[in-house]
Amino acid sequence: MSYAELTEKYFRPGRLPHIWCPGCGHGITTGAIIKAIDGLGLDKNDVAVVSGIGCSSRASGYLDFNTVHSAHGRALPVATGVKLANPELNVIVCTGDGDCTAIGGNHLIHAARRNINVTVVLFNNNIYGMTGGQYSPMTPTGSKASTAPYRTIEQPFNITDLVQAAGATFVARGTTFHTAQLVDLIKKGIQHDGFSFIEVVSACPTSFGRANKCGSPGDMMKWQRDHAVMKLAWDKMDAEKQAEAKAAGKFPIGVLFETNAIKEYTKAYDEVIAIAQGGKK
Amino acid sequence: MSRILLLQGNQAVVEGAIAAGCRFFGGYPITPSTEVAELLAEKLPQVGGKFIQMEDEIASIGACIGASLAGKKAMTATSGPGFSLKQELLGLACASEIPLVLVNVQRVGPSTGQPTSPSQGDVMQARWGTHGDHWIIALAPTTVPECFTLTQRAYELSEKYRVPVIMLMDEVVGHMRERIDLPDSYEDIAQPMRKQPTCAPEEFKAYATDESLVPAMPAFGSGYRWHVTGLVHDETGFPKGTGAATVAQTDRQYHKIYDNLEDIVEVEEYKLDDAEFAIIAFGGAARTAYDAIDAARAEGLKVGMLRCITVWPFPEQQVKTLASKVQGIMVHELNRGQYVTEVERVVAGVCPVTLFGKYDNEPATPEEMLAEIKKAMGK
Ligand SMILES: Cc1ncc(C[n+]2csc(CCOP(=O)(O)OP(=O)(O)O)c2C)c(N)n1
Repeated sequence: MSYAELTEKYFRPGRLPHIWCPGCGHGITTGAIIKAIDGLGLDKNDVAVVSGIGCSSRASGYLDFNTVHSAHGRALPVATGVKLANPELNVIVCTGDGDCTAIGGNHLIHAARRNINVTVVLFNNNIYGMTGGQYSPMTPTGSKASTAPYRTIEQPFNITDLVQAAGATFVARGTTFHTAQLVDLIKKGIQHDGFSFIEVVSACPTSFGRANKCGSPGDMMKWQRDHAVMKLAWDKMDAEKQAEAKAAGKFPIGVLFETNAIKEYTKAYDEVIAIAQGGKK
Repeated sequence: MSRILLLQGNQAVVEGAIAAGCRFFGGYPITPSTEVAELLAEKLPQVGGKFIQMEDEIASIGACIGASLAGKKAMTATSGPGFSLKQELLGLACASEIPLVLVNVQRVGPSTGQPTSPSQGDVMQARWGTHGDHWIIALAPTTVPECFTLTQRAYELSEKYRVPVIMLMDEVVGHMRERIDLPDSYEDIAQPMRKQPTCAPEEFKAYATDESLVPAMPAFGSGYRWHVTGLVHDETGFPKGTGAATVAQTDRQYHKIYDNLEDIVEVEEYKLDDAEFAIIAFGGAARTAYDAIDAARAEGLKVGMLRCITVWPFPEQQVKTLASKVQGIMVHELNRGQYVTEVERVVAGVCPVTLFGKYDNEPATPEEMLAEIKKAMGK
């Protein structure tokens, strides 16, 4: 399907243009989500998209599914309620790095720990976009931000390691430059029966790019191309090479972790129901 | 057939919830509300419902919002500190008109306060706890049987008006055990249902209403796709940045409740017919008044009580009428004076209003109340 046809099918009539700035990666990420849904042939009635608050979280309002634009950081609790109440729904969470890892950080690790079948797409632009460029828990150390005029001194999360440690059973990273791969990663995440997490390395030319002299939106895309390393190639590096690559700001992309060994939450709860009703005819 | 049981108020709330068709609970433990969660963890899966203990109170009400959108009747339960945390998403439920029942078994505050002692110090928070103009319903049971019936009523109102309803309990009622007569089966109990759209999905506008001012609410997955947002929205449900949209949303949400006060507001009148002096009380604190009034009458004092079963919206008309009939009103509440300000506002000097506030961890005894009545009456 062409982008025009996809837009026609999956974007709500009359809701465009979107609020995103020229060069913003959120449109590419949203496009990847609908391509993944389309590729899987999901019925629009069976998809729920839940978001928090932020530029990225505006995605839910444009998409023609069952959608919630909840409160800052709270997408995952709402998504958990939707999924547990109706496990037939495919639940996708659109969230920003501030939304997901700062105010929503506690919800994130607990949703991962429960292994509930929702797919989190983290629109990581390394900054609070909507409020005008304050640093987030994903802002690289030493960056400038409107609340870090002298540079940030905090360490960013390694969010994929964090959710894996918390119990996520599918963890991936993609970029807005590697779009075909991104679609594939989101598809895999939706298909995975458990908590899936896809970090999308994205760009905010307006707030992050300008403050940190990253050049044009095109230059920021080139940065993604030059710093992302396919997981297979990354795994072939020895420890020393990996350390060097990390020091140079490089990172692996692809499926970083996947297991089917843990029971999905709503299925585990069905067993609770069966036990609770055990005494009945 | 019925079962005669000795139950705590918190347990009766659970029975009321199951009877009303509640099939989802999201919660976080806190005294003195925990029994609600514990019992629902046991009972919900027995009826095919779902229970989840979330990571905090914000997440708990968040999960309820999600479950309600997916078509389930949902409940969360908490006390003071947790009630404060729930305010954020209570606002989302008001703004986007999502039915749910929130049980707040009040304890002494602020902060951690006195975790196991009764209080009614959240009565104003129940009305104004979340930011912004909003309208909400709060019910206060006084007896264990009333915990059962009012919880069902809470679902009825919540589903009918698409508004979160607060069960404003207190530790007195939550933990007290009383005799209760429960039906053997809840199957014959009519379950409240939210309004469903009558148009085709393509024509559905999520917040378009008829004269009831309450929009239809199809469940996620039903084929009607709609958008939920805490931003001000128009009848399509999508954000709208105009002043006119804010006025339209605010006014409709006000009128859908305040045009129906006759249906929503419930009070009990106890020996008010010939009363010259009245007590206004609600919830557990009202229990003392029955005995105190009988004792006063034994001494020839014509005292009665207006018990606010619906605490919010405030029973404005009932209190106005009362003020025109009696020579004085004494408000009794388990705090240092909150609800009394609302009574004073409405009475507006028509008769004297005094406060008997109790905030020493104990409910009042009938003797203490009788003394206060005499003092207020100048006897
Ligand atoms: C409780 C609360 N605190 C703060 C805000 C203000 N706020 C809105 S969006 C946002 C940050 C958004 O950043 P991010 O999640 O990274 O998403 P982006 O806008 O970059 O896509 C903040 C702090 C809010 N809406 N609610």
